[in-house]
Amino acid sequence: MIRNSKFSWTKLMIQLMCLVIGAASLYPIAWMIASSFKESSQVFVSAHSLIPAAWDFSNYSNGWKGFAGITFGTFFKNTFIIVCTTVLGTIVSCSLVAYGFARVKFKLKGFWFGTVMLTLLLPGQIVQIPQYIIFHQMGWVNTIYPLVVPAFFGSAFFIFLIMQFIRTIPYELDEAAKIDGCSRFGIFSRIILPLIKPALVTSAIFEFYWSWDNFFGALIYLGKPQMYTVSVALRLFADPSSGTDWSAMFAMATLSLIPPILVFFMFQRYIVEGISTTGLKG
Amino acid sequence: MGMVTMMAQQIRKSSGNENGAGYLFILPWIIGFIAFTAIPFICLFYFTFTKYDLLSSPKWTGLDNFIRMFTADDKFLTSLKVTFIYVLTAIPLRLIFALLIAILLNMKIRFVGLYRTAFYIPSIIGGSVAVAVMWGQLFGLNGAVNAVIEAVFGFRPNVSWIAHPDTALWSLILMAIWQFGSPMIIFLAGLKNIPDSYYEAAVVDGANAFQRFVKITLPLLTPIILFNLVMQIIGGFMTFTQGLIITDGGPLDRTLFYQLHVYRQGFEFLDMGYAAALSCFLLVIVAILTALVFKTSSAWVHYESKG
Repeated sequence: MIRNSKFSWTKLMIQLMCLVIGAASLYPIAWMIASSFKESSQVFVSAHSLIPAAWDFSNYSNGWKGFAGITFGTFFKNTFIIVCTTVLGTIVSCSLVAYGFARVKFKLKGFWFGTVMLTLLLPGQIVQIPQYIIFHQMGWVNTIYPLVVPAFFGSAFFIFLIMQFIRTIPYELDEAAKIDGCSRFGIFSRIILPLIKPALVTSAIFEFYWSWDNFFGALIYLGKPQMYTVSVALRLFADPSSGTDWSAMFAMATLSLIPPILVFFMFQRYIVEGISTTGLKG
Repeated sequence: MGMVTMMAQQIRKSSGNENGAGYLFILPWIIGFIAFTAIPFICLFYFTFTKYDLLSSPKWTGLDNFIRMFTADDKFLTSLKVTFIYVLTAIPLRLIFALLIAILLNMKIRFVGLYRTAFYIPSIIGGSVAVAVMWGQLFGLNGAVNAVIEAVFGFRPNVSWIAHPDTALWSLILMAIWQFGSPMIIFLAGLKNIPDSYYEAAVVDGANAFQRFVKITLPLLTPIILFNLVMQIIGGFMTFTQGLIITDGGPLDRTLFYQLHVYRQGFEFLDMGYAAALSCFLLVIVAILTALVFKTSSAWVHYESKG
């Protein structure tokens, strides 16, 4: 009896701790959402409250107007174009490359796979300066090419992730298809591709997040306001020198978080599995 | 005779085909690696020894950039210090926090899924400009943090946490800890892989909860801790968005992250050569630190023998 009640005390303590940490995790986000519905003058008065004294929906229409005559509609459209293109490019290129490394024998395979592993450890930011110089010489600055074209040539992280997944598929399937007269590409597209869907979904989700959050790239390559992504637009919207309308700012910031959070709830299982398996099980 | 030649041709054809097919599949990678990694990497070393403003052609200046770095650029050392403080506090704290919470969630309590989601959400959106802007206002003079302190403790700190030189960096470190979700999920997966039988055997031998943690959980998690540590350290040195959006490197350069310094030199002062030299130096630091972590890992990382 005593043992039993002591046991539930521990459980209660854990529940309480989880509740506190959960509150701390979500409070900042809840605060921002609440602030997006408060009147501009009320955001920093009794700032901690999560329920607006008066609900003000005009922040969303005010914020949507954007700046310099360009609405957030344009910024969201720009972001979606870049994000969708990079996700598509990543999936197509990484699945092809991963299949090549996982299943086909060819000369110097070890060397090329070494370049994948090396790139995996090399932080991309290190080569950002020379990359910028090269794209500048090519006349690609102020286009979206520097942000989307590299995605079509594979990304070390996802190649590795998809490779690990292909390795779990029995080799006999390939051989059976080969005997039936399937070409290499046929085996890839008809046998392997349908089976690696979970790995592709995981890759797509993570590429979506990275691309959606890519602030630095958009900052240095997209110089014209009509090309801005949501990230860059939000930064200029919060310019301290011009007296920011904070509720409108928070309204747009809240909107910008909806796609990533939506994707999270739609694909939670893939995300958790993706994080758990990447690079850990090899 | 004809039969043999045909067979030989067949063999040559098929093995040639595999080489061709292999290279065809990885062709995107080869092109991408050369164009977007290898060539920029070689260029990085070249620009390191030049002065280049993008408008006129690069001028060879030998070691000038490196001499300037160590003798004439206070901000270089400042940014290095800021980044080191950030990495050496935020990363260990985040990992410890992630590990403790993963252990908590692994205790088969109720609502695990709900908690995991709540804890993980900050990680998903944490890198965005929206959250950075929000964090800046949360910790401002009239922000919600001060209001919460007033509501709970009855006094109001008359300080803007992000504008005060002593607290600005700590507000950003707190933001990093707040995003403990993704290492937590990795730890959680690792904890699930530890067989229950290990713990059962330990209980039979009379080990208490603390002993079980130190003798079983921790050693078996060390490969995952190593993986997290390396990835997080590399990521920590690349911190940029928070420093630019929330504090713009201030106050008094107390949040001048290394990458922010590189950005300003390259894109605000158009001193690409110097920015390249700074990047090069950062690469050396990250490489040395990663190598150090790997080198010490043989002493503390426990690999289970397979089979």
